[in-house]
Amino acid sequence: MRALTWHGKHDVRVETVDDPEILNPRDAIIRVTSTAICGSDLHLYDGYIPTMRKGDILGHEFMGEVVETGSGSTLEKGQRVVVPFTIACGGCFHCSKHQYSACDNGNPADNQDIAMELYGQPMSGLFGYSHMTGGYAGGQAEYVRVPFSDVGPIVVPDGIDDDEVLFLSDILPTGWMAAENAQIEPGDTVAIWGCGPVGLFAVQSAMLMGAERVIAIDHFPRRLELARRFGAETINFEETRTYEALMEMTGGIGPDAVIDAVGLEAHGFFVDNVIDQIKASTFLGTDRTHAIRQAIVACRKGGRVSMPAVYGGMVDKFPLGALMEKGLTLKTGQTHVQHYMPGLLSAVMEGKIDTTFLISHRLPLERAPDGYRMFHDDQDEVTKVVLKPGMH
Amino acid sequence: MNDHHRQDRGDDAPPATSKQRDDALDEVAGGAVEPKGDSLTGRTVTINRPRAEVYAYWRDFATLPTFMDNVERVDRIDEKRSHWVVKAPAGRTVEWDSVITEEREGETIAWASTEGADVPNSGRIDFRDAPGGRGTQVTATIVYDPPAGAVGKLIAKIFQREPAIQARRDLRRFKQLMETGEIATAARTRKQFEEEA
Ligand SMILES: NC(=O)c1ccc[n+]([C@@H]2O[C@H](COP(=O)([O-])OP(=O)(O)OC[C@H]3O[C@@H](n4cnc5c(N)ncnc54)[C@H](O)[C@@H]3O)[C@@H](O)[C@H]2O)c1
Ligand SMILES: [Zn+2]
Ligand SMILES: [Zn+2]
Repeated sequence: MRALTWHGKHDVRVETVDDPEILNPRDAIIRVTSTAICGSDLHLYDGYIPTMRKGDILGHEFMGEVVETGSGSTLEKGQRVVVPFTIACGGCFHCSKHQYSACDNGNPADNQDIAMELYGQPMSGLFGYSHMTGGYAGGQAEYVRVPFSDVGPIVVPDGIDDDEVLFLSDILPTGWMAAENAQIEPGDTVAIWGCGPVGLFAVQSAMLMGAERVIAIDHFPRRLELARRFGAETINFEETRTYEALMEMTGGIGPDAVIDAVGLEAHGFFVDNVIDQIKASTFLGTDRTHAIRQAIVACRKGGRVSMPAVYGGMVDKFPLGALMEKGLTLKTGQTHVQHYMPGLLSAVMEGKIDTTFLISHRLPLERAPDGYRMFHDDQDEVTKVVLKPGMH
Repeated sequence: MNDHHRQDRGDDAPPATSKQRDDALDEVAGGAVEPKGDSLTGRTVTINRPRAEVYAYWRDFATLPTFMDNVERVDRIDEKRSHWVVKAPAGRTVEWDSVITEEREGETIAWASTEGADVPNSGRIDFRDAPGGRGTQVTATIVYDPPAGAVGKLIAKIFQREPAIQARRDLRRFKQLMETGEIATAARTRKQFEEEA
């Protein structure tokens, strides 16, 4: 089959590799019909994530048709499914609590040691996202082996377009969980840093959860425009002093809840990471941004901090004092995708959430390297690239 | 509960977590394990399955190689004794007979290798109900004697190379098998899968 493989910083290629096979009873093989490039993939593209190996197949946002099933799979050939990026078993303590991204068993035993050292306990496996999270081949390919296919993939009805449901795999549930973690109450003002896919779905979700005002922060005009389309007010941090603006816009109180949807590659964020490889490749200045620090400082007393943004190691100059003194609540985590999929599928089908607005480019899989380059080089114009293996 | 954990030390933590290696070994010796050697490793894992089921799977020694990476096979000799064949570097194997020294249904299995073992070892597996209905806590405590000599050095490599990590990985695989019915693999093709094994 053809697949997008990683070879190093800014070096991804479409190559021919062996087709995946059923290896465990609960596996299924999916023929991919649509797969997206994620902001998280750019972290790999830029070489920020350690434990990558040459030839690794990328991609964790994908959907397709079931073409083969193991004896323990509940899927049937021919079904259309969207696959969550988190690989969870459904049988461990965390899965029983619907904390799927914390699944004990989704990550192969030998790969759990690194996370054990770094974080104290290992997290679930992820598709196409380094060997620390399992080393699973990802979905930017013609076919994928999907483990635990009886608890992960959600079956979508015929007649609904791929583009409408593809984002159930990651960014839609991530934006939704970000808003849920903000514990929005009626009358709330919610401030969201980052108008990428995650931030934009958080804007929509916060509105649906009853926020009175949403203030979206970014520096890309087109992305801010998309946020405005869903009712957000905006701050362009290149033109405006964000903290001051937030204080003025909220009558000197500060936002009731703040959401960091920027992450470790935040433009200019200073990351003091324990992982040497990241340290080595990080010579960013400290001035360009400080999304999570700024969010904590701006948040009103007794408010809530939600952090869907991904961090890998240690962060310097974290305002722990502000967090404590103001009595803030901080909630975060990789998304428990499986938990949110059914409800969000209904919301999409009922037209309550708009998903297709995000897609700026559709390309054949063969052009995936162009997709990465475009997404990397022009974030304003390129909001989301969807790859279609069947397209020519 | 866990009487063998508590000897003269001032807390309730398991012996394998003691900062004093000798104390820990003494303590294990004070319990049901007859220490064969001076390297100690201990690990606990919580498995979201009933204790009887977890115990029964383990007690059937022949199935242990399914999740113990280094163990090639375990042959049953009789009710108490079994023969172990364990992988060593350079395609070699090491072997020993093992005898059950203590057994309490659903609670404990302790063993020790018999005379002439390539790698003298002993240990115990304890099974307890996890609090809060979370299934079963399985604790493995293993004492072994890394062999000397040239071949010994090779052999020691597999045992000394982070034996705690090996135990941890084996227990994780055991947990996966009990909780999910399979052992997670990231391989894409059967060929990759077999290369990993
Ligand atoms: N928790 C999860 O499970 C999960 C899932 C998916 C993605 N993520 C993470 O969420 C984050 C966002 O993902 P995305 O796909 O939307 O990424 P993205 O790169 O497309 O968007 C990030 C946006 O943040 C903006 N930004 C940069 N610095 C800023 C600052 N100082 N203030 C305000 N905005 C700033 C950028 O201009 C960009 O528009 C990433 O860290 C990603 O890894 C987390
Ligand atoms: Zn993603
Ligand atoms: Zn699980």
